[in-house]
Amino acid sequence: MPEPLLHLVPKAEAQQTMKDFKSDQEVRWCPGCGDYAVLAAVQGFMPELGLAKENIVFVSGIGCSSRFPYYMNTYGMHSIHGRAPAIATGLATSRRDLSVWVVTGDGDALSIGGNHLIHALRRNVNLKILLFNNRIYGLTKGQYSPTSEVGKITKSTPMGSLDAPFNPVSLALGAEASFVARTVDSDRKHLTEVLRQAADHNGTALVEIYQNCNIFNDGAFEVLKDKDQAKEAVIRLEHGQPIRFGAENEKGVVRDPATGDLRVVTVTAENESRILVHDAHAATPTTAFALSRLADPDTLHQTPIGVFRSVDRPVYDTLMADQLETAVEQHGKGDLGQLLAGNDTWTVVG
Amino acid sequence: MTSQVSSEAGEALLGEQRSAPAKPHHGTEKEVRRLDRVIIRFAGDSGDGMQLTGDRFTSETASFGNDLSTLPNFPAEIRAPAGTLPGVSSFQLHFADHDILTPGDAPNVLVAMNPAALKANIGDVPRGGEIIVNTDEFTKRAMAKVGYATSPLEDGSLDGYRVHPVPLTTLTVEGLKDFGLSRKEAERSKNMFALGLLSWMYHRPTEGTETFLRQKFAKKPQIAEANIVAFRAGWNFGETTEDFAVSYEIAPATRAFPTGTYRNISGNLALSYGLVAASRQADLPLYLGSYPITPASDILHELSRHKNFGVRTFQAEDEIAGIGAALGAAFGGSLAVTTTSGPGVALKSETIGLAVSLELPLLIVDIQRGGPSTGLPTKTEQADLLQAMYGRNGEAPVPIVAPQTPADCFDAAIEAARIALTYRTPVFLLSDGYLANGSEPWRIPDVEELPDLRTLFATGPNHELADGTEVFWPYKRDPETLARPWAVPGTPGLEHRIGGIEKQDGTGNISYDPANHEFMVRTRQAKIDGIDVPDIEVDDPDGARTLVLGWGSTYGPITAAVRRIRRENGHIAQAHLRHLNPFPKNLGEVLKRYEKVVVPEMNLGQLATLVRAKYLVDARSHTQVNGMPFKAEQLAAALKEAIDA
Repeated sequence: MPEPLLHLVPKAEAQQTMKDFKSDQEVRWCPGCGDYAVLAAVQGFMPELGLAKENIVFVSGIGCSSRFPYYMNTYGMHSIHGRAPAIATGLATSRRDLSVWVVTGDGDALSIGGNHLIHALRRNVNLKILLFNNRIYGLTKGQYSPTSEVGKITKSTPMGSLDAPFNPVSLALGAEASFVARTVDSDRKHLTEVLRQAADHNGTALVEIYQNCNIFNDGAFEVLKDKDQAKEAVIRLEHGQPIRFGAENEKGVVRDPATGDLRVVTVTAENESRILVHDAHAATPTTAFALSRLADPDTLHQTPIGVFRSVDRPVYDTLMADQLETAVEQHGKGDLGQLLAGNDTWTVVG
Repeated sequence: MTSQVSSEAGEALLGEQRSAPAKPHHGTEKEVRRLDRVIIRFAGDSGDGMQLTGDRFTSETASFGNDLSTLPNFPAEIRAPAGTLPGVSSFQLHFADHDILTPGDAPNVLVAMNPAALKANIGDVPRGGEIIVNTDEFTKRAMAKVGYATSPLEDGSLDGYRVHPVPLTTLTVEGLKDFGLSRKEAERSKNMFALGLLSWMYHRPTEGTETFLRQKFAKKPQIAEANIVAFRAGWNFGETTEDFAVSYEIAPATRAFPTGTYRNISGNLALSYGLVAASRQADLPLYLGSYPITPASDILHELSRHKNFGVRTFQAEDEIAGIGAALGAAFGGSLAVTTTSGPGVALKSETIGLAVSLELPLLIVDIQRGGPSTGLPTKTEQADLLQAMYGRNGEAPVPIVAPQTPADCFDAAIEAARIALTYRTPVFLLSDGYLANGSEPWRIPDVEELPDLRTLFATGPNHELADGTEVFWPYKRDPETLARPWAVPGTPGLEHRIGGIEKQDGTGNISYDPANHEFMVRTRQAKIDGIDVPDIEVDDPDGARTLVLGWGSTYGPITAAVRRIRRENGHIAQAHLRHLNPFPKNLGEVLKRYEKVVVPEMNLGQLATLVRAKYLVDARSHTQVNGMPFKAEQLAAALKEAIDA
C-alpha cells in the first residue's frame, strides 16, 4: 500500500468540534436548500479528520454551491466559473501539506468547467471534488443544466431542452478517475461515509452529491429520498457485498453472459450465486462504468449510490515532487551563478 | 575594393562600414580584409536547418567577442511545402567590432540554399552584395516552382551582385561518401558545409561548433562525425577555391563592452533566467502554469529543465488552466507565473481580473506576435499593449513592464516580480517575438548584486476590534504601498476566504455596499497608480525640439535611427519606456518640453493613444505592422521627416 498522502498534512493539536469549522459569515442559501445539509455534513465530518484547519483549503467556482468556502472556517477561495479544479491544481501541486477540497456544481463542473474537471481527474491531482448536482442552474434562476433530463421545460427551454445529459459518474470514470462516488444530500450518514473514504483516497476523489434545489427543481431526487420509493430506486454499493436492493432485498444485479452488460433480476435460489459482488478496487473501470449506466436518467430508478471505484494509481503531485527531488539528486541543488554563466562565455578586461 | 561596403550609412557612432587591408592571414596566401561590421543572412527551406546554422554562427561570433544582434525569421508551419516561397526560413546576423543595436537593415551577404530562398530574399540585398547560392538546387522544376522562367544565375538578373555559385549539396555528399550514408542522409549536412564556408570567410573559431555537434548527436556518433566532416569541408572549400579570393576579419568589439564576463543570450532564455533569479531573490519557489503557444513555449521548455532550482512547471490543459494553476500557487505562496502570447492573454482575461480582485502576486508573460486572432504566430508585433492595459471587465488595472532588448528580458522579469511581490498584484511582462528569438551579448550579472525581492507573509493578527479582540483582516492595507497582507494557507489563526465578489474594505467579507465598491475600485486603481517606478530618462545632447518616444523592442531600431540622424547633425531627443503602467511620474513634464513628439510602434498607435489621452500632447504615430522590426534607415527617414515638418 502506498503511503497515505493525508500524512503530509499537519494534524490538529487539540480535539476539534463542528463549531470550529463554522465561519462567522451568515449562510445565505435559500431556506430549504440541500446545500445546508451538505455544509452541515462537511462541518461535522472535519473534526473526525483531525487536520490542522489552517492546512485545509476549500476552492470553489461560481454557482449557488460555490459560496460554500465562505461558510467554512478554513482557508478558502471563491474563484470564477468552472476554474476551481485548475486553481486547486496549482495550490495542491505546490503545497502538499494542504488538504485541498473543490466545491462545484453541475453547471460549474460539467458545462463551463468541463475541461478542467476531466484533466484534473486524468492527472489524479490530490483533490477532493464535491460536485453538487441539482440538475438545474440555480444562481442564474432556473435554466436547464448539462445534467438536466432531455425535454426539461425551463426559462431558456420553453419547448423542452434538446441535449442529452451527462452522467457525471460515467464521465468521471471515462476521464480515468481513480475515485468516484455518488451520495445524496439528505442522507447524512451515507454522505459522511463517502466523505471519509474520499478524504482517505490518494489522488482525485470525485463525489457527486445529489442535491435538491427547492426553488427551481424541487423534488428532483425525491424518488431516492422517499422511504418507500427509495427501496426500489436506490442501489447501495458496498465494497465486497453482493449488489442487492428492493423492499425485501429481492432484487440483485447480475452480469448478462450474452452481452457482458449488467442487468437487474429478481433474486432466486438458482441465480443468487450469480449476484455481482461489488469490487470498488477492480483493476479496470468496466464494471463500475456498467453500474453507472444502470440508472434510468428520467426516473432515476435503479440509481447506485456509494463508492463506484477507488483504486490506487500514481498521484500527479507526488510525481511532480519526485521529479524535483530527482533533479537535485542528479544535478545538485541549482546554482544561479552557474546557470547564468552557461558554457559559452568570454571575458572583456578593462 | 571589397564588395561588402554597403552604400548606406552604418548605424553606429563609429561610422560606416569600413574596410582596410589586414595582414595576410597565417596559413593562407589569400587576401584578408578587415571590416568593422557585417550582416549575413542564411536562407533556405524550413527543413534545411537554417536556424541551427544561424545559431551556430552566432555562437562562434559571440565567443570571438564581436557585438552582435540576430533576427531569426521562419514560417509558422513546421515543414511548409518544400521549395516554396512560404516555406523559406532565414536567420540574419549583424556583427561588428563596435557597439550595435539591431540585426541590420540589409544583408551584405546572402546564403541562398535554393531558388525560393534567393527569390524571397534578393530584394533585401543591396547591389554589390555577396550572394552564395547552392547551385545544385537550381533545377528547372525548383525554379519553376517559384516563378523563375530562366535561371537567375545565368540570365543576368544578378548582375551587380557578387555571386558565388557553389554546388553545396554535391560537395557535401561527395565529402561524406565514406560514411555509408544514404544520399538523403548525407544531404542533410549541407547546412554545416555552408556554415564551414562562412566560418572560413569570417575567421570564426570552430571548436565550439565541433563540440556542439558531438554533444547534439552524442547518441549517433556517425551523424556527429558526418556533420563535422561537412563543416570542415566547407571551411577547406573556402580556403582552396579560387572563387573565394578574400576573407574578412572583424575584430572583437573590445571597446564596446564594459569589463565583465559575457555570453550570447536570446530574449526568451534571458526571461527564463530572470524568473529563476527572481525566485531565488524572493526566496519563494517558482511555479509556472502554461499552455504551449508560439513564440512563448521556449520559456516553458527552459524552466522545465531547472527543477533542481525548485521550479515547478505545469503544462495545463488550456490557457485558462495555465493561469488558474499559477494563481492557485500564488495563493499558496509561490512566485507564480503564466507565459503566453496574445491569443492566450485573451483567454486568461477573466482570471487576470480575479487576480486583480484577490490582490495576489502573479506574472503574466505575453510574448506578443502578429494579430488579431491567430495572426502571424512566428512574426513580431507590439499590438497587445491596449489588451494588457484594458482587456478585462470592470476597472481592473494591471502594471505593465516591457523589456527593450533580448538581454534586458532578464532585468525586466526581475522588475516585474518586484512590482508583483511588493504590491500584491498581477503584472504584465510584454515581450515580443523579435526579442524572444533574437539574441545579443549579455554581461553576466554578479548574483550577489541582484536586488533583494524578499517579502513577508502575514504571521498574525493585524487588527484590533473595538472590544479589544485581535483579528486578521485580509484586506487591511499597508498604508504606504496599499498592498494587502499575503497570508498563505498553513498559517494558524489567519484562516480567511477571498473571492471575486466585491469585498468589504478591511475584512474582505462579501459586500454589495455601493460606497464600499466605489472605495474599493478607487483604492485598487490608486495602488497601481502609486507604484514606485523610476523616472524616464531623456537622451538629448543637442537641446532638440523633437522627441522620439518608444517602448519595448523598438529600442534597438529607434536608437540606431537616432544615431544616424545625429551623425548627420540632426537634432532629436530620445526616451524609452520600460513601465507602461503606471507611466513614470515625470513623463508628462518630459513630453511637454518638446514641440514635437513622435512615437514609433509596431501597432497602429497604441502608446500614442495612451499618451495623447493622459497628457493631452499631440503625439504623432509612426507605425509598422509587417511582422518585422523597424529598419533603422527607414525609421531615421521617418523621424527626419517629423523633425523637418
